[in-house]
Amino acid sequence: MNGSVSSWDLSVGVDGPGTRFVVFTAGCPLRCQYCQNPETWRMRDGRQVTTGQIMAEIGKYQRFISVAGGGVTISGGEPLLQPRFTGELLRRCHMAGLHTALDTSGLLGVRATDAMLADTDLVLLDIKSYDPATYRRVTGGPVEPTLRFARRLADLGRPTWVRFVLVPGLTDAPENVDGLARFVSGLGNVERVDVLPFHRMATGKYERLGLRFPLAHVEPPGQEVLDRVHAQFRAHGVASV
Amino acid sequence: MTAIAGEAWRGFQGKAWRDKVDIRAFIQANYTPYSGGADFLSGPTERTRAVWARVSALFPEERRRGIYDVDAATPSSITAHAPGYIDRERELIVGLQTDAPLKRAIMPAGGLRMVENGLAAYGHKLDPRVKEIFTKYRKTHNEGVFDAYTPEIRRARKAGIITGLPDAYGRGRIIGDYRRVALYGVDRLIEAKQVELRALDDADATDAVIRDREELAEQLRALDELKAMAASYGHDVSRPAATAQEAVQWLYFAYLAAIKEQNGAAMSLGRTSTFLDIYLERDLAEGRITEEQAQELVDDLIIKLHIVRFLRTPDYDQLFSGDPTWVTESIGGLSEDGRPLVTRTSFRYLQTLRNLGPAPEPNLTVFWSPRLPEPFKHFCAALSIETSAIQYESDELMRPRLGDDAAIACCVSAAPVGRQMQFFGARVNLAKTLLYAINGGRDELTGTQVGPAHPPITGEVLDYEQVAAAFDRMLDWLARTYVNALNTIHYMHDKYAYERLEMALHDHPVKRTLACGIAGLSVAADSLSAIKHAKVRVVRDESGLAVNYEIEGEFPAYGNNDDRADAIAVELVRSFMAKIRQHRTYRDAEHTQSVLTITSNVVYGKHTGNTPDGRRAGEPFAPGANPMNGRDRHGMIASALSIAKLPYDQALDGISLTNTVTPDGLGRTPEERVANLAGVLDGYFDAGGFHMNVNVLTRAVLLDAMEHPDRYPQLTVRVSGYAVNFVRLTPDQQRDVVNRTFHGSL
Repeated sequence: MNGSVSSWDLSVGVDGPGTRFVVFTAGCPLRCQYCQNPETWRMRDGRQVTTGQIMAEIGKYQRFISVAGGGVTISGGEPLLQPRFTGELLRRCHMAGLHTALDTSGLLGVRATDAMLADTDLVLLDIKSYDPATYRRVTGGPVEPTLRFARRLADLGRPTWVRFVLVPGLTDAPENVDGLARFVSGLGNVERVDVLPFHRMATGKYERLGLRFPLAHVEPPGQEVLDRVHAQFRAHGVASV
Repeated sequence: MTAIAGEAWRGFQGKAWRDKVDIRAFIQANYTPYSGGADFLSGPTERTRAVWARVSALFPEERRRGIYDVDAATPSSITAHAPGYIDRERELIVGLQTDAPLKRAIMPAGGLRMVENGLAAYGHKLDPRVKEIFTKYRKTHNEGVFDAYTPEIRRARKAGIITGLPDAYGRGRIIGDYRRVALYGVDRLIEAKQVELRALDDADATDAVIRDREELAEQLRALDELKAMAASYGHDVSRPAATAQEAVQWLYFAYLAAIKEQNGAAMSLGRTSTFLDIYLERDLAEGRITEEQAQELVDDLIIKLHIVRFLRTPDYDQLFSGDPTWVTESIGGLSEDGRPLVTRTSFRYLQTLRNLGPAPEPNLTVFWSPRLPEPFKHFCAALSIETSAIQYESDELMRPRLGDDAAIACCVSAAPVGRQMQFFGARVNLAKTLLYAINGGRDELTGTQVGPAHPPITGEVLDYEQVAAAFDRMLDWLARTYVNALNTIHYMHDKYAYERLEMALHDHPVKRTLACGIAGLSVAADSLSAIKHAKVRVVRDESGLAVNYEIEGEFPAYGNNDDRADAIAVELVRSFMAKIRQHRTYRDAEHTQSVLTITSNVVYGKHTGNTPDGRRAGEPFAPGANPMNGRDRHGMIASALSIAKLPYDQALDGISLTNTVTPDGLGRTPEERVANLAGVLDGYFDAGGFHMNVNVLTRAVLLDAMEHPDRYPQLTVRVSGYAVNFVRLTPDQQRDVVNRTFHGSL
């Protein structure tokens, strides 16, 4: 089966636990202001590859990953924009005995079948904001499908890490964080929340692509804000790192 | 057994080591593996802090002046200088190279020019009497070598195609088994040497036998001097050490004698921690010392190793960066029977990175195996993340070939301690050789004929088969010229600057290797890949010399775990090793090679023109076996797995990989980072990787340190096979480190 893929990479400790083979699929329905991978926005900019080709590449790392600890993460773009391709990759990795993770915004969560989720050992669910208006401002889309998907993952008992990008002046309002913390604490399947401090390292990528980086003027969050946000999650009994 | 030995050896087990000198047998019979964590360790005591403060207070002045002080009138020997102290009241382990800390000695036997230039560079002048002796009456190694060099070798050396040769300074990379002095005492070692010498009595007096006899006699003389030197500090090393403090002191005296006698490029210590652990544990069990005192002894030894100094020229320091001495200490690994060689003292050595702060020396080298105890792995990983001061080498590759008592000399050269020595051979520049192949032996920068005048390649677009064939022919010439140069160097080094004391702490006869080396592997491999997979057009100057290359299209680069490029690098390593093996070596040394540049990748780059991979003239090479900066596009693991493909069998002198990763690139929490780094090391060594330098740094810190060196006196970064004090690098080298690939998250 074919899919559109932007790139693949090996990462350590940033796309799920341990050393991971990360497939960045091409195409995303959202346009998050802080997006670090603008080259993955359009499916037509990706390379057409078969799942067989990706599996062959993953095969070169399987031994390393099994010794080092880790797995495969399907990220993007938005992998659920290509649900059959993503599903087949997850299935084949899972069958090969690799730990699998799906990194998604959840907007297209309805496209993830129960079978696909059964092949997914860990969902990295990016909840970009809890407050619907803020969510729309950050991403251009609605938050409700993501929250529905989060509840479904909870019902299915799929282990989940929630990821939340902390952008000063955009997502850092105490009410917004509080809402997210309360929501997550009610789910029961979320092992942790990754609070990802906003950074501007992708500015160069935007320049190369001739795009404007909308947050070029925003400073990364300071330690105080980070401490406050972690305290808010803690107050709801949610482990955050 | 004498009564003295009986007391010194109380409680020790095993027989084999008693009747003949055999440190490995002693360790195997007596050591206590430790599989626990780091929680037993002690921090620095007031005493340790005071001693360290006393000596580290001198560092800013040393940095400012280049050298702190020098004795320009006394050619160094084991006994040439009066005793010196850092803080006589507080020091537990004593002994300095001269009569004061950081005061350097001169060692003219290696080469007088090096001494004179070294002195002149720092505003000192060689004592005229010493100059007279070493010009009128006593020949040096350096002079001997140049008497016997051929014009061809001189040209190759001058052009920078064969470089870094130990022809003007001490070759180093020989590790005496300093532990022998602690376990046996010098008198017993003298007896054993006399037996070795007498065993030659019935042999015919051939060149080889006469040389052996003379060398053994010199070794005996050096052992006597070692006793005299120790006596000047009030210690009697003729007898075995009876306590842990004596064991540390005896071992250090033996090492000190070596560094008083030799200014070797690398003066490595060996594999001492688990040996000393036996003494420390015995004293602890006897209630003689506490854990705090055990740590103090180790801290004091490491302070001494921090301040090993040699007088070298700024040129030399530019090549090797920041005054390195490669006091390499090998830690960990497994015994042949599968027991980890990790002991509490392995932890205590590493703990000095916390107690004294990070430092480039000693060059702490962990022999890694996925089978090491997890708490030890995690302790190492945690310290790497904190200090970037540790390098890792594959115990799984070394143990089957070299046994379980091998140690690293310099960066990546392994040998069984006390049984094998090497003839250090620096390295040749493969990238430049490729350019010579294209230009028919003419140098691409000067146009002069350096290599053999084969027909140059004339086509507009480079043809892979044609270039590969010309390259192969040029490598034949290089290998021959190179081995000839090395044979000359080591003949003269043995003759004029023999390592008497270090060799006295080896078995006779000793196994020797001729350690050749290659630099520019990734540039050569990528250039061949570009010629093969893309279209490379040649730009020639009016004399027909190829001076630039234009690449059309994409080509796979070495460092992405892509066999199309990696196989080229593998083949280069194999083929050059095979070519080296075709030439006879001095004293029938076994041929080996390394893929290692030290920091000379910057200087090699400077001396090499534009290359067909798109690298610009003057641009640094990648260090060691690393891929070229920025060409490894799939992260640290893909890059490491490319390097792991290089065959260790064809590069037994070691294959060096330097990785720099940002803390974020290892995980989000400190615990995750530790576990992930340990996992990466497991994965790399499982995959057949040989060596990995681990730097955990951000570019921002390095840039800030360039601006404000005074704020970062101890900032340590690992370069090819060793560590350097970042603020002591030249601006070029600092930029090279900053421009290297940082593997991290984006």
